[in-house]
Amino acid sequence: MRRTATRVFLDGIAILIVLVMLFPIYWMVSTALKPGKQILSLTPVFVPTQLTFDNFQSAIHVPFFWNDVVNSLIIVGTTVVVSIVLAFLAAAAVARFGFRGRAAFVVMVIAVQMVPLNALVIPIYLLLDRVGQVDSLIGVIAYYMAVVLPFMIWTLRGFVTNVPVDLEEAAMIDGATRVGAFMRIVFPLVAPGLVATAIFGFIQAWNEYIIAYVLLSTSSKQTLTIWLASFTTQHGTDWGGLMAGATLTALPVVVLFLIVQRYVQGSLTAGAVKG
Amino acid sequence: MGVAGDARQSVSSGLDLEAGPRRQAFARKALPYALIAPASIVIVAVLGYPLVNLVWISTQRYGFRELIQHQGVYIGLQNFATILTDPQFLYVIRTSLLFTAVNVGLSMLLATLIALLLERVSRPVRILLSAGLVFVWATPVIPAVNLWQWMFDYEFGVVNWLLTHVGAGDYIHHNWFENPVQGFAVITIIVVWGAIPFLALTLYAGLTQVPRELVEAAEIDGARPWQVFTNVTLPIVRPLFIILFSLSTIWDFGVFNQVWVLLNQRPNKDYFLIAVYSFQESFRVSKYGLGAASAVVMVAILAVVSIFYIRETIRLTSEELR
Repeated sequence: MRRTATRVFLDGIAILIVLVMLFPIYWMVSTALKPGKQILSLTPVFVPTQLTFDNFQSAIHVPFFWNDVVNSLIIVGTTVVVSIVLAFLAAAAVARFGFRGRAAFVVMVIAVQMVPLNALVIPIYLLLDRVGQVDSLIGVIAYYMAVVLPFMIWTLRGFVTNVPVDLEEAAMIDGATRVGAFMRIVFPLVAPGLVATAIFGFIQAWNEYIIAYVLLSTSSKQTLTIWLASFTTQHGTDWGGLMAGATLTALPVVVLFLIVQRYVQGSLTAGAVKG
Repeated sequence: MGVAGDARQSVSSGLDLEAGPRRQAFARKALPYALIAPASIVIVAVLGYPLVNLVWISTQRYGFRELIQHQGVYIGLQNFATILTDPQFLYVIRTSLLFTAVNVGLSMLLATLIALLLERVSRPVRILLSAGLVFVWATPVIPAVNLWQWMFDYEFGVVNWLLTHVGAGDYIHHNWFENPVQGFAVITIIVVWGAIPFLALTLYAGLTQVPRELVEAAEIDGARPWQVFTNVTLPIVRPLFIILFSLSTIWDFGVFNQVWVLLNQRPNKDYFLIAVYSFQESFRVSKYGLGAASAVVMVAILAVVSIFYIRETIRLTSEELR
């Protein structure tokens, strides 16, 4: 009897925590859907009585929205496609070969994720400035690759290790080459992990702020996280538009994250990935 | 020896049967290096080189003129002498350390409590709570800062209204950022709110690894819940704890985005955490040498914390790797 009472009490606390944690997100989305009068009201409207898409309409008509969507997609897409290939090669080497320097490579992969990006912004800016690559997407892409690579290598290593080597050996006995066996046996089994890792890299790059902020100064070249600042001017902040813009920026990430979270959860402690 | 080790060995012994010509042997030896080469080159060129360069810039006078000439002037350790005797920089260090301690402490404490709670609630509630946490975790940091900015708006912010109406005082038109202590409290809420999901879910995953029989045995022996936690659970999840602790420290000591975006890219001096200070010195007043010196201080402090992290991570995975 006492046990059930305790459990009901704990369940109550847990539900309270969920409500408190989720309220800010509810508040963002509901503000984005409210008409202006209900947003700038001295008594907050907790349940909007009329819904409107006006804020979203005006958000996507803020200058450079589509431009910056395209930039974000180009930067993040290129970063992910190139990095996942490089990471997969390296992960296969670490998972399938014993070679001198392997441990050193693994330590580097782990250690490199601890270097605070905020500290590297200065030399990166000065180096790219010297070669005239400030304000170009290429510089940002190169940087983002280095940001996502270590995490990708680490995660993929785990996925490859989980495929039993016996399968490859069997294929090799049947006459397949080593590379052939790897591509035909391991690759299909690792494919879901590959997709999950790529998506996670996509999220990391999509959310990045400081590098894009420093390197991309022309409005038409910026990414969405930087674009969000355009709702705040010296006349104040357009809260409805900002919440709509924030919802739009967050939405693809939230959807993708919910899909891949359980695949990569295990390897997250070994990476500076905060989602 | 782990499974992977056995497996690797059996592959190479399988290959040894083929015992081809010397060229093949060389190709086999070179293959792993060829595989890690592209990734290593990118990491070294894009992260390693700038890191070395950062230290180099910190020994130079690198201002606006030098920026145009693309060439700094070597001045030895003068930048470090300047910042380490600058009362403002010492304030920045103190603030950053205090901020980190409070944020890491609060995130870890709340995350541990939530992880323990997850173990004890009924199944539907556990699913609900995990789903809620994943949702918060998924929310990207910049939109998240924007939404908290709106919640704490002095004029129409919902927090001011709520506080006033639950009788906590008169918060109508209260500006949270006038007083840096209150401002940092808001920043702490944002950081902790964002950090809890990852920490709590990872800890919960770790807690489920604690063998049920051990806990029951301790309970039969008359251990109180608190004793079970400190004597049975904690030792088992200790490595995970150390990893999460160092990761949080690294993240919280380097906080930049939350301050920068929350204060509309113009934080006043009271809000300079070390990353913000380094950025401000470099990109707002064009003293890149001084900015680099403070960044080197930041990297050095974090390197100490990272050692704990790297050591534990390697220890946890060494079975697989050896």
